[in-house]
Amino acid sequence: MKAPGLKKKIETSSMSRRSFLRWSALVGSSAAAAKGLSAGFRRRDPRHALVEAAQSAAEERMIRTGCPSHNCGGRCLLKVFVRDGVIVRIETDDRPGDTVADPQLRACVRGRAYRKRQYHPDRLKYPMKRAGKRGEGKFVRVSWEEALDRIASEFKRIKAAYGNQAFYVPYGTGSYNQINGRQTAQRLMSLYGGSLGFYNSYSWAAISAATPYVYGTSVTGNQRQDWLNSKYILMWSWNPAEMRDGTNSAYFVQKAREKGARIVCIDPRMTLSAVSLADEWIPIRPGTDAAMMSAMAYVMIQEKLYDADFVRTYCLGFDESQMPEGAAGAETYKDYILGGRDGVAKTPEWAETICGVPRETIARIAREYATAKPAVLYQGYGMQRRAYGEQAVRAGCVLAAITGNVGIPGGWASGIALQAPDGGPFWLVFPTGENPVKAMIPSFLWTEAVIRGKTMGAADGVRGANSLDTDIKCIWAVACNALINQHGNVNRTARILADEKRVEFLLVQDNFLTPTARFADILLPVCTQFETWGLEDGWKYGDEVILMPKIIEPPFETKSDYRICAEIAARLGLEEVYTEGRTERDWIAWSLDRYRQSRFPGLPTLDEFEASNAGVYSLPVERPAVAFTDFRRDPVKHPLSTPSGKIEIFSKRLHDMNNPAEIPAVPKYIQEWESAFGPEAKRFPLSAIGHHYLSRVHSTLEGIDWLEEAFPQRLFINPLDAGPRKVKNGDLVKVYNDRGAVVVPCRLTQRIMPGVVALPQGAWWTPDKNGVDRRGSVNVLSSERWTALAFGNAQHTIMVQVEKAEAG
Amino acid sequence: MVTQYGFFFNAAACSGCKACQMACKDRNNLEPGILWRRVFEVAGGGWEKKGEAWVPSVVAYNISMACNHCEKPVCGLSCPVKAISKREDGIVFVDTESCIGCRYCEWACPYTAIRFNATTNTVSKCDFCYDAIDAGGTPACVASCPQRALDFGDLSELRKKYGDTRQVFPLPDPSQTDPALVIKPHRDSARAAERAAEVANWEEV
Repeated sequence: MKAPGLKKKIETSSMSRRSFLRWSALVGSSAAAAKGLSAGFRRRDPRHALVEAAQSAAEERMIRTGCPSHNCGGRCLLKVFVRDGVIVRIETDDRPGDTVADPQLRACVRGRAYRKRQYHPDRLKYPMKRAGKRGEGKFVRVSWEEALDRIASEFKRIKAAYGNQAFYVPYGTGSYNQINGRQTAQRLMSLYGGSLGFYNSYSWAAISAATPYVYGTSVTGNQRQDWLNSKYILMWSWNPAEMRDGTNSAYFVQKAREKGARIVCIDPRMTLSAVSLADEWIPIRPGTDAAMMSAMAYVMIQEKLYDADFVRTYCLGFDESQMPEGAAGAETYKDYILGGRDGVAKTPEWAETICGVPRETIARIAREYATAKPAVLYQGYGMQRRAYGEQAVRAGCVLAAITGNVGIPGGWASGIALQAPDGGPFWLVFPTGENPVKAMIPSFLWTEAVIRGKTMGAADGVRGANSLDTDIKCIWAVACNALINQHGNVNRTARILADEKRVEFLLVQDNFLTPTARFADILLPVCTQFETWGLEDGWKYGDEVILMPKIIEPPFETKSDYRICAEIAARLGLEEVYTEGRTERDWIAWSLDRYRQSRFPGLPTLDEFEASNAGVYSLPVERPAVAFTDFRRDPVKHPLSTPSGKIEIFSKRLHDMNNPAEIPAVPKYIQEWESAFGPEAKRFPLSAIGHHYLSRVHSTLEGIDWLEEAFPQRLFINPLDAGPRKVKNGDLVKVYNDRGAVVVPCRLTQRIMPGVVALPQGAWWTPDKNGVDRRGSVNVLSSERWTALAFGNAQHTIMVQVEKAEAG
Repeated sequence: MVTQYGFFFNAAACSGCKACQMACKDRNNLEPGILWRRVFEVAGGGWEKKGEAWVPSVVAYNISMACNHCEKPVCGLSCPVKAISKREDGIVFVDTESCIGCRYCEWACPYTAIRFNATTNTVSKCDFCYDAIDAGGTPACVASCPQRALDFGDLSELRKKYGDTRQVFPLPDPSQTDPALVIKPHRDSARAAERAAEVANWEEV
């Protein structure tokens, strides 16, 4: 068949064409006809209201600043152009040079669209108090005085009635610029007698808990430039082109590939990374990664491809010759892989039926990875936000270890891989103070602490206390949409929060009326990060500090989180200790000093930094640090921090937990509690994943028309799954399980494995009168159940059904 | 002196992240529906069940494209009021003030580079950031790419540096307009036609 040309295609795609025209007709620009900007030919239509400012005679200022840090995986540099106090254009890093050692920090589509968030008409403008039932989203405007007085009186009442453990400042990642974000509230709480603490995160729960059981540390990653020394990179559930995972991570992988490394991507979706970075894409059924890893180990053992010398010298528990004291006779890793105890050899044939990956592919990847030294097995976080996420993490670490890829240039130890030599960025240096309340819960279990806090103890992951004294009675959510939208099982959480007898006071600070903010009793408008001072370093990786000067004035009655907290502090008699007399800018100067005392001794002072308008201070990475270098050189002199000092393939600590079905001492594949192989699959046969999407950072940047145009919210489904359901491309589909239902348009794509659907995470829960979410928050479908070891979220373990839906 | 500016696009390195598209929209204040640079997703192929395994024969890649500032600008040739001109450096430009909204150029362009705005009843398209070029700068899209997959310059220089491929599936026959475009193809483009690939994201471009 002759290939149709693009033009031909357009003529035969009249539907798309018409819909495009309809769309543009709806743009509704109010701008007047173009005014000539210069002699000769004309510039462009002023369609955007902000163009007026751009055309004004006022002088244009350019300020370099950090892209607002909403817990995106990157930290990039922006050039912000301002006229008449209005941001008129945003460019990105264009420093000359752009070397691998010191690359430009080029912003992605989100940063480039930021003006649309900055000037969004829906930004919160005034303090408000709830007018209807909690969660209805009805508010009336109040003065700052009234709002702050009410907050202070509620704090005092709750402290008197329940004690400080009843306060909770939840996990929330909307701001990390020091002066905006939850840390500002945590500081005040610490000064006010404390609040219930938390540990762990929604990003890294399983991987941060599991990695140290193998390596005794989370610092298992080399500096990224070292990837250029690798011959082979397995991108396992890793998608840096979409979630970033460090500005330039995808670029460094590209550079490694240009240098000759072979890149293989293992993912249920043919991601943007798979298309642009990988030589080969291997689709795998979600939640089965540990099975494929085990089968790879089987091939390596049977074909003697593993590094026996390395295993002998550096590892523990590979076979019966190296079992720890007190665990002699327990099942070794080799036992498990060869099926010595359970009678099931973890062969590629066995894994094929679980993973959906052909046996010969599994065997080939095992051989490639084991023999292409040095090699990287990079573990993304999607595969560990699952029912037994800890297992995939440990199984990957073991593959890295038994192939001897630990502690060498071009290798990679796997696991959470915080950056050598010191763990990488701090994110925050703003001091939250010591929390007088010592009790901590796993971050994902806060709803449990609301409904049954007094029953929670070690079995629920409580640390710092034997049990909790009280349920959570007051939630202060700052830059946090994790109360509703980003927590598992939205409908359940909404029911819990709607009950005013449980959480008695709910204070929310945000830029927008998020689904979480709809549940506020008092809702306070916060300025954006362009409207106050800030400072950021990298996310997971980073060898730079980026200054975020205040660029424009906060509009309407918005204030920084810091200013709001200071004003609450004043009503609690704590203003002086809270502020220490510092303004926002003073705190940034203070924070710069902290960074200067750490990895950045050459950092300029704030005055110098601001005057230079450099925006960024970076440390070029000429010789990338390699994790475990000392251990590799001399494991006796430089043992790991594990109990044995070695890489613990078998963990005695896990063994002693005495829960082998869910916390085995060696990494195992465990069938998930919701899976394609369980009885639930009869009603809900499709595995759903909520991947990161370029139109948002989690739930931040929702509703930005430029981003929605580029990456519309929709369900991705394979034509083989859509066909029997009579679902066509673009149809509205209902995606549902016992926890809830969403209705969204669908995109038929070959770029997802049959049996799997993907609903980009972060869209804002928008229930209709029947409780059906018409926007597509994936957490309507996800569960609140936590993982066994980490007490972490398993929000990608979801089974659903999909059917054609009617317009609502 | 540059006689014909052109774009280079490395399809092998493009992830489809659309930073280029957004940089363009921000610089030019293009409301939704108006895209001067677009990223076409080309995808096709299918799946075979082999025992319990799924074997994909899926192909996918992206084509980031603005106006190609063609050496034979058929858009301009079709304009009844001569609102489209070509500079000496090859940049093809639409004079919005002269445009009468007849949309002949839009239908003439085989690359869908020209965009009609029904509100203003005019067309517009990529102008190569000529004012930035005149000031010694870089087009916004080129400067934006996180993968450094875009470049610009004199077409003859680009061809020396990157070769002379100017068509990949399913772009039209370049002899129609002589686009000032050099492409490094993605590996999948060679087998895209046989695997019935097509532009998969018409609603986005």
